[in-house]
Amino acid sequence: MSDLPLIQADRAVPPPAATPTTGGRRRRLRLLSRTDRVVITLMVLVPLLLVTAFIWLPAAATVVLSATDWDGIGPLNEIDFVGARNYSDVVNIYPPFVPAIQNNLLWLAVLFLVATPFGMFLAVLLDKELKGSRFYQTALYLPVVLSLALIGFVWQLLYSRDQGLINAVFGSSIDWYGDSNVNIWAVMIASGWRHVGYIMLLYLAGLKGVDPSLREAAAVDGASESRTFFRVVFPVLRPINVIVLVVTVIESLRAFDLVWVVNKGRNGLELISALVTQNVVGEASRIGFGSALATIMLVVSLVFITIYLATVMRENRQ
Amino acid sequence: MSRPRSQAEYLARLVPPSVAGINRRSLLAGAAGTGALLGTGLLAGCGDDSGSGGSSKDVSLGSNQSDPKPKDVVAKIADGFKTSSGVQVAVNTVDHNTFQENINNYLQGKPDDVFTWFAGYRMRFFASKGLAGDISDVWGKLSGYSDAFKKASTGDDGKQYFVPATYYPWAVFYRKSVWKQYGYEVPTTLDQFTALGARMKGDGLTPIAFADKDGWPAMGTFDILNLRINGYQFHIDLMAGKEAWTSDKVKKVFDTWAGLLPLHQPDSLGRTWQEAAQSLQQKKSGMYLLGLFVGQQFSNEEQDDLDFFTFPEIDPSIGAKALDAPIDGYMMARKPKNEDNARKLLEYLGSKDPADITVKNDPATLVANTGADVSGYTALQKKAAELVGSATEIAQFLDRDTRPDFASTVIIPAIQQFIKNPKDIGGLTSSIENQKKSIFTD
Repeated sequence: MSDLPLIQADRAVPPPAATPTTGGRRRRLRLLSRTDRVVITLMVLVPLLLVTAFIWLPAAATVVLSATDWDGIGPLNEIDFVGARNYSDVVNIYPPFVPAIQNNLLWLAVLFLVATPFGMFLAVLLDKELKGSRFYQTALYLPVVLSLALIGFVWQLLYSRDQGLINAVFGSSIDWYGDSNVNIWAVMIASGWRHVGYIMLLYLAGLKGVDPSLREAAAVDGASESRTFFRVVFPVLRPINVIVLVVTVIESLRAFDLVWVVNKGRNGLELISALVTQNVVGEASRIGFGSALATIMLVVSLVFITIYLATVMRENRQ
Repeated sequence: MSRPRSQAEYLARLVPPSVAGINRRSLLAGAAGTGALLGTGLLAGCGDDSGSGGSSKDVSLGSNQSDPKPKDVVAKIADGFKTSSGVQVAVNTVDHNTFQENINNYLQGKPDDVFTWFAGYRMRFFASKGLAGDISDVWGKLSGYSDAFKKASTGDDGKQYFVPATYYPWAVFYRKSVWKQYGYEVPTTLDQFTALGARMKGDGLTPIAFADKDGWPAMGTFDILNLRINGYQFHIDLMAGKEAWTSDKVKKVFDTWAGLLPLHQPDSLGRTWQEAAQSLQQKKSGMYLLGLFVGQQFSNEEQDDLDFFTFPEIDPSIGAKALDAPIDGYMMARKPKNEDNARKLLEYLGSKDPADITVKNDPATLVANTGADVSGYTALQKKAAELVGSATEIAQFLDRDTRPDFASTVIIPAIQQFIKNPKDIGGLTSSIENQKKSIFTD
């Protein structure tokens, strides 16, 4: 039992990556020796160069290439620019595009509205120190450790129409992976199964950090269990909530490996990332067209990134 | 996208290329440096990078034969060449799929003197782009190849760029014991074929096993229907982008297919070809249109029970003599380090010795050279060789007869869409045509 004044309770826990205020940093810099300054400069410059070379330049190149019809063959100076043709093709004559956008949004919605709350719920349960909670924790977290490609295999054993466990047990003949009305949900369950464990762990870590005196105070005030959670614990977990939100958005935009393993992202499992890969990687080599798709994906991601950054900045200012 | 020859290869190709190897965008970032890394580091990593143009005693061979059996065959062939010519072959084996995925970078980087590839549009495309060496002079010294194989090795300019090594046909496979049990006869016309399918349905069998989860198997069905209905030349022109997909000829292919779909195994889009082949093996299906590799799903004792017939005639004026028989073979790089040895090696590869070695060591394929000693063939191999030998024209399979970007990004989704909804043929063909126009303008 800590004897901190309760006033502290309505201030959020400091965010995990707390940065000292700029004033403080400047004063500390002056205390640094020259070696320290060189080290710090290098520590900033090297990652900056790496990020520029491997993230910003390729991203810029993608945007430029999206206006060409390059097929990856021949020197760079022979690339023909075709203006916005790739974009008009994507929107007008490329059948998988619209389903891909829909599926990406659906993916986000399901992870956010179903998998994330369920993960939180499990975390709260496990936080109760039940008997064997270690075992549950491990069991639920296991799928996160496996790669999604492997998860694709595991679920294939359950979902296969002719030889899968589910159809064998229930005597049904549902084509889980092949019926384009069903397969997105089947894959979503597999992906949600993994996401739940991930969110659960993040949340569990957050719950462990909640000051017990808060709960005790709430109990003294006569708040019920659920009321305590929603009115006291949940607001205190705000930084974790932001992380969970970001992780969920990133996971749903990044969703790729599972559908790729199932059927290369076709026939009802179209996702933007899979379309980009189909077009750019490998023999198809439609670099220009694939880059246009990738640029669209970049724009979609930027929307979410902007929202997130705006939120974080506003918080920092407060 | 070649056919997986084994379960291992099939599983290996499930790993996304992004994981297995290369991210193409990193190529653009690192430009030359990365390009060199891809072109040589990855594919020619264990080759002879002496840089001095190589000695006169060696030659390099880039091979995609990464499965144990074919790899062993390549090694034995390399030994055979060394024995006959005294020239050492440095074989650089790369995983089959990786090789194919990176072929563009490979050929523009520092390719090996000789490399494995397939006949068909893609081969002609590399030849026209100047990424492959003209080997017409080598062909002058080769014997034992039928005209169909020579045609399949010829580029757009009438010169030869390719030496065929092995091939396998696509046909309709069935189990003799099942057919004997019910008294089925091999159909020779589409009507007989349809009637047979109806009979099988009555006998409680799935008439035609069918799977298209991976997108390519159904291409075989499209190919054979187009070859039977419109003939070889139209098929090749359509694949080369010279004919309209909206034409009545193509619509007729889809119409015919739509008529046959009720005889096909339902829910094919969630089934792999292995699962479909197993339904044939378990005597649940009556027949299956696939390549010779269907035999992989049958045990050794069952091999003798496996038989096939070529897809029946649809239009009597066209007949049933054309078929899909993808050919694998060798090509020469545009500027081999060791041109003389490369030509010598190709000449050797086109002779009957390597074919004999292949027959002895790899029962899963047929050899292209008719001079080879084929007494080691199984009954099924013998029959398959006869079938291809009597073919008037040999197509290479859809994804080798057309641009790979068109095959994988347009045709696969389109055919899957057709299987889901066979009614909207007009909308489907106009969608394909719009995308074709955009892709084939490059």
